[in-house]
Amino acid sequence: MAGPRTLYEKIWDDHVVHRRDDGTCLLYIDRHIIHEVTSAQAFDGLRAAGRKVRRPDLTLAVPDHNLPTTARVDAAGARLPIEDPESAAQLAALERNAPAFGIRYIDAVAPEQGIVHVVGPEQGFSLPGTTLVCGDSHTSAHGGLGALAFGIGTSEVEHVLATQTLQLKPSRTMEVRIDGGLGFGVTPKDIVLALIGRIGAGAGAGHVIEYTGEAARAMSIEGRLTVANMSIEAGARAGLFAPDEKTFAYVKGRPLAPRGIDWDEALAQWRTLSTDPGAAYHKRVAIAADAIAPTVSWGTSLDDVGAITGIVPDPDSFDESARRDTARKALAYMGLAPGMRLQDIAVEHIFIGSCTNSRIEDLRGAAAVLHGRRLAPGIKRALVVPGSGLVKRQAEQEGIDRIFIEAGFEWREPGCSMCLAMNPDKVPAGERCASTSNRNFMGRQGPGSRTHLMSPAMAAAAAVTGRLTDVRDLMGAQ
Amino acid sequence: MQPVDQIHGRAYPLGRDNIDTDIILPGRFLKTITRAGLGGVAFEVIRAEPGNALDDPAYAGAPILIAGENFGCGSSREHAVWAMMDMGIRAVVARGFSDIFAGNAFKNGLLTVVLDPDAVDHVLEQARAGAIDIQLGDQRVILPDGTSFAFAIDPFRKHCLLNGLDEIGLSLDLEDQIAAFERQMAENRKWLLVPA
Ligand code: SF4
Repeated sequence: MAGPRTLYEKIWDDHVVHRRDDGTCLLYIDRHIIHEVTSAQAFDGLRAAGRKVRRPDLTLAVPDHNLPTTARVDAAGARLPIEDPESAAQLAALERNAPAFGIRYIDAVAPEQGIVHVVGPEQGFSLPGTTLVCGDSHTSAHGGLGALAFGIGTSEVEHVLATQTLQLKPSRTMEVRIDGGLGFGVTPKDIVLALIGRIGAGAGAGHVIEYTGEAARAMSIEGRLTVANMSIEAGARAGLFAPDEKTFAYVKGRPLAPRGIDWDEALAQWRTLSTDPGAAYHKRVAIAADAIAPTVSWGTSLDDVGAITGIVPDPDSFDESARRDTARKALAYMGLAPGMRLQDIAVEHIFIGSCTNSRIEDLRGAAAVLHGRRLAPGIKRALVVPGSGLVKRQAEQEGIDRIFIEAGFEWREPGCSMCLAMNPDKVPAGERCASTSNRNFMGRQGPGSRTHLMSPAMAAAAAVTGRLTDVRDLMGAQ
Repeated sequence: MQPVDQIHGRAYPLGRDNIDTDIILPGRFLKTITRAGLGGVAFEVIRAEPGNALDDPAYAGAPILIAGENFGCGSSREHAVWAMMDMGIRAVVARGFSDIFAGNAFKNGLLTVVLDPDAVDHVLEQARAGAIDIQLGDQRVILPDGTSFAFAIDPFRKHCLLNGLDEIGLSLDLEDQIAAFERQMAENRKWLLVPA
């Protein structure tokens, strides 16, 4: 074996089935997750070609994007119909296709249903050292466990279903070292927002990121999933955290995780999964976690973020003319003026959810801020959408649901919800949302919607004051 | 995938540069569950123009479309290719294509032919006169007036198209190696199997 290798290179090498002269590899895929939006045409393609799903046992189907997050069964326990006919048809297609091809299917009313990127790790389907794909760009999330995980298009979904492989060329590698520790009131979401703001939304293009450093190691698994999830927003194909004892403890005992002697063998292999000393990355950056304050986005790309203590920047203050231009357009869309204090921006909607921030720690973080407080009068609607049915149930056992409900939030069923507004949860045009999701693109939360990205605790703080707020002012100050 | 060899028939003489994927198929149609059925809503902004070539009965069901520069620019949606295939289009002759569109077209067996600007102009004119013949084997576009133009194509892509090999078919050609990899996995990494 030639020289020291990075974690990415080790996982890649382990999965090469065949290498063509031009460097293209046929890469084996260990885990494939499908949902309703990008799978129907892939199944059609298989049927048209008379092909089967090669490894239904390595595939998991879960509906999430289109599902309404209101009650799914009536008082008698009967399934309620889905109003939007196109959403209903997409969901029905998955419900037909999964069993027809022998694929494990977690249905819309199963207790385990949730967002694909929450369900995979939670069920122990996503594992360290595996290659994992899904027809959704935020598949990078599973890299928080040390899986090489990335999003694919519909033709590739079909390719994986038929062959359990993909034809790919290796990516370049990028180390993001997060030094130091997280300050008071600062979460992994703040770190990744600040990171992307610093390096730029295109900095990771063509690369797979590996997160290293003291703060990365200190992060909980849920925090790592949040950071890895946002790798795609830095332009990277995937993001990786080297698996460690914390990872193994997280995975152990989950329903689809290895058991018994298999577990011991898995563990022995996972312990080899770290970048060798002296291995070279194509690119390296370092940030100091200590210097990061709670962070929010003010514009319409992940370039547009700042510390909550700051102001809306003046587009003229940017060096490049293209950047000045996009910043001006962003401010016009967002209805903001340069120089305004970020903490003076009033919001009407709160969304706590999405595959970035809808796990139990996220809900606990928000609930800690909301405890004993109420929505500010200016808030029209506040949604909390747990990432999965299991997260929801655990929160209910901990009494967290009461805190949200008493504060004035709607306690919803799991799904993608207001993250992309494919289901009925939308932000109306011209209105503003404090959101724990991952994209602040124009129209992402509904046509004309204005999104400010932040951590769950920060979204809770905005909920009680009615404006973007430094959560630290509310913490321990009750 | 169907093998592509000879494509013969009328050609929509569309011309124009920078036909983007939103023109081919607007975003609001992405909620569909099939590749089929998109043909009816394709090119709606062009179809709104009176007297447009796409609705001219002379070209009804034409298997070829002639365009200008940078055809298929914009988003990566594969739906654009599906919509054109659904209309019955099997080849596009243009001055140039966006990379992503050309890749998606190849994955779906839609032939993309690049010719010089002058040649494209002549093809456009001849498309109005009668049927066009595209021979992939000989790499030639043959026009009603008897003139013909040679075109270049990546040898690997040509091989795949002629033999109806999609990327999936090619990967399946490596079946023995995939199976061997899986045998090894079942032996050395049994933990990768999902418990029943
Ligand atoms: S929550 Fe949002 S980002 Fe995550 S999978 Fe759903 S739509 Fe995509």
